[in-house]
Amino acid sequence: MQSRLPIIVFAALMAAIPFVPGMPPFWIVLLDNIGLAALVAMGLVLLTGVGGLTSFGQAAFVGFGAYTTAVLSTAYGLSPWLTLPLSLVVSGSLAVLLGLITVRLSGHYLPLGTLAWGLGLFYLFSKLEFLGRNDGISAIPPLSIGTFKMLSPGSIYYAIWVAVIVSALLTMNLLDSRTGRAIRALRRGHVAAEAFGVHTPRAKLLVFIHAAVLAGLSGWLYAHLQRAVNPTPFGAQAGIEYLFIAVVGGAGYVWGGVLGAAIVVVLKEVLQSYLPLILPGSGQVETIVFGIMLVALLQLAPGGLWPWLMSFLPEPTRGKKPDTSLKLAQRTRSPGQSSVLLQVDKARKQFGGVVAVNNVSFDVQAREIVALIGPNGAGKSTTFNLITGVLSATSGSISVLGRKVDKAPPQEIVKLGISRTFQHVKLVPDMTVLENVAIGAHLRGHSGPIASMLRLDRTDEAKLLAEAARQIERVGLTEQMHQLAGSLSLGQQRIVEIARALCVDPMLLLLDEPAAGLRHMEKQQLAKLLRDLRDGGMSVLLVEHDMGFVMNLADRIVVLDFGTKIAEGSPATIKTNPEVIKAYLGVAA
Amino acid sequence: MNTTIMLFLVQDGITNGAIYALLGLALVLVFAVTRVILIPQGEFVTYGALTYASLAAGQMPGTAKLALALGIGAFAFDLFVARKALHGRLILRSAVTNIVLPAIVLALTVYFAGQKPPVAVSIALSLVIVAMIGLYLYRVAFQPLAHTSVLVLLIASVGVHLALQGLGLLFFGAEGQRGPAVLSGAFTAGALRFTGQSLTVYGITIAFIVGLWLFFGLTLYGKALRATAVNRLGARLVGIRTTLSGQIAFLLASVIGALSGIMIVPITTLYYDSGFLIGLKGFVAAIIGGLVSYPLTAVAALVVGLVEAFSSFYASNYKEVIVFMLLIPVLLLRSLAAPAVEEEKD
Repeated sequence: MQSRLPIIVFAALMAAIPFVPGMPPFWIVLLDNIGLAALVAMGLVLLTGVGGLTSFGQAAFVGFGAYTTAVLSTAYGLSPWLTLPLSLVVSGSLAVLLGLITVRLSGHYLPLGTLAWGLGLFYLFSKLEFLGRNDGISAIPPLSIGTFKMLSPGSIYYAIWVAVIVSALLTMNLLDSRTGRAIRALRRGHVAAEAFGVHTPRAKLLVFIHAAVLAGLSGWLYAHLQRAVNPTPFGAQAGIEYLFIAVVGGAGYVWGGVLGAAIVVVLKEVLQSYLPLILPGSGQVETIVFGIMLVALLQLAPGGLWPWLMSFLPEPTRGKKPDTSLKLAQRTRSPGQSSVLLQVDKARKQFGGVVAVNNVSFDVQAREIVALIGPNGAGKSTTFNLITGVLSATSGSISVLGRKVDKAPPQEIVKLGISRTFQHVKLVPDMTVLENVAIGAHLRGHSGPIASMLRLDRTDEAKLLAEAARQIERVGLTEQMHQLAGSLSLGQQRIVEIARALCVDPMLLLLDEPAAGLRHMEKQQLAKLLRDLRDGGMSVLLVEHDMGFVMNLADRIVVLDFGTKIAEGSPATIKTNPEVIKAYLGVAA
Repeated sequence: MNTTIMLFLVQDGITNGAIYALLGLALVLVFAVTRVILIPQGEFVTYGALTYASLAAGQMPGTAKLALALGIGAFAFDLFVARKALHGRLILRSAVTNIVLPAIVLALTVYFAGQKPPVAVSIALSLVIVAMIGLYLYRVAFQPLAHTSVLVLLIASVGVHLALQGLGLLFFGAEGQRGPAVLSGAFTAGALRFTGQSLTVYGITIAFIVGLWLFFGLTLYGKALRATAVNRLGARLVGIRTTLSGQIAFLLASVIGALSGIMIVPITTLYYDSGFLIGLKGFVAAIIGGLVSYPLTAVAALVVGLVEAFSSFYASNYKEVIVFMLLIPVLLLRSLAAPAVEEEKD
């Protein structure tokens, strides 16, 4: 957990600024504008930088917030404090509506889709009668507490910056939680997250709403700062500008949003007021220089300025080891349960005309290590994907403990106690090993996003981290617990995946080439770990190419070739099976 | 509504749609090859149009000077990148393409601007000027960012758009301009009147679509571009210079943009900032085409043109709302039809 000290210092500094003697009032106006932009950019940091969902449409949500309070406080005379929740609710619920449509969009369609409705809504703002068309709405009442009216930029300053700092804290709390880890895993594709029970469309919608509510808050403040609204600041240009505020500051960092807002607002102001003095006469020189500086900035620091600045500070001390005495509830394992854990019955998967898995049947018993081997392209990983619900079988059935799970999505399979690792490592490289492993325990926690923001999730969170730490210890990576997953060697990353899978408290562990990239000693340690797990009551199904490793470890071996099962039996019988030898070495051998 | 009005709207829609189709094609091309979402495409349109109109009116367009300035910038970038291994031929080649060429064009422009050149000369000069701007722009702004994410490229693209739009105001002023028709004359067929200009639009659009199709299908450079679009690393491994692919893509896009501008400016008055919205509509078409398919993009562009024409007749206030909202159902259908593939970003 990061120290709160820098934030307290920052808050104190911001609170003191208006009291600095001789502070030009114009600077306060600038700071107000920075705060407003920072709120929107912060939402975009979560949405785009962390969640990987690029949106050009945020200006429209600022518009929803601003117009809601404008209409309600002028036409219906509601107090601005009453319209605050309403503004947020309007932005939030429209985000649900637009999000349900847009979040489903994949890849590059998403940003373009947001651009489209951003533009459409802008034209709608400027055409609707009750929103005052192009003229907008004026004479919006100021914020007031008792008889104190926040008429000057200096008085609303506090409202704006309290909103910024509180939002930043809530956003950072959210990121540092069970829900936050799910959000941070989004950008890396959905397969890994879903394998541990994360409902990715829901997580995407959540960040979408979060960003929209922050934008709505900014709009509400904007309406009461300007005391008038018109469509111009909510157009596509503004939407694009918010996005580059986030990118310039550093799209992956909450404070990057604030820094980006400061840079862009100040830069524009400086260019607007000083450039005409240097280059008099000509129209939009500031836009030209601004555009050029933006490109130059990106060429110098493509990751944004915040991480670039942070790289000058000493490496932050990594968090301390979680208290491993805390325990999560274990899966109940009735001793009388059927000894067949997994039953694959005539499973078949076709991709067009290619039969990747051809009527394969096998089972995995309780307390058993089964190896699935075969030459490259034999259908081993596809079989894994069928079992874990990533792909659905063309025909045949798969049952867990006698229950058919053919059409179940990955989130349901993992609930049954089947967890897996991936052939191509799917970790979040910019999260620590501990955080990555804790994603495995996602389903064993229950705190939601609101609880996380308000820090009501701490006991739950401590248990999750304790479990993650325990599994990391078990696989022997305690030393690396607080390193970023991306900084580990490929072999170690595979072991991290095993720890993550163990966090599910599984009955059956599916390992896709766990020993690839490991050194001899590490392989022996891995084999010992898997035997210990089996002796502890777990079953393991693994795909592996290292024959020495498989033959010494597995209780039973299933051999696939071109999608078809060609042999099954103990390691000794498989070694001498002529079919297997033929598949691996060709006929003559 | 009677048939005449309907036919008129259809004709209007197809003419605009043809332009959007060209722009959509250029956007698809640039995105596929360089991953840049080319927001400045609209500026290529206005630069082409207004350079042409200025030349025709006997004024000196500032774009020729911009081309030289960007060329010098590109030369500097070339030297800086190659600073460890500078040799005569490299410097010479870079100097010729980046400095000598725009300098000659600038001289020609100065020479012709004084004496109201014939239409063909104005067109040729405008095309060359904008083509060079496109080429150097890639070198200066995007090539150094080629390894970054789509998002960063997009933001850079916005920066370039802002700078170019500001420069447009500087060069051409806030007043709108119109240019002389490329092909004058008209004839009537039934209730419809076909102007030489609209026929030019159809002809050039079709020629370009066929030309691009031949280029990508039959030429080695075309195939190299397609290879770059599919897999940059793979293309490099087989010896394709991906920077060259990027340059060709930008060159084509800027020529297409300028040509579209030259075709519209005799029909509609264009302002320095008109390009953005025109480009965006080409964009809508490109997205409907999925940023990959050329024929689909062309068809979608015609649909966009028609929808625009009809909505400007029925609900002119909501014309833009309708055109841009058209995208949402299309995007939704596309996403549902092609479920997300696991992609490793960054």
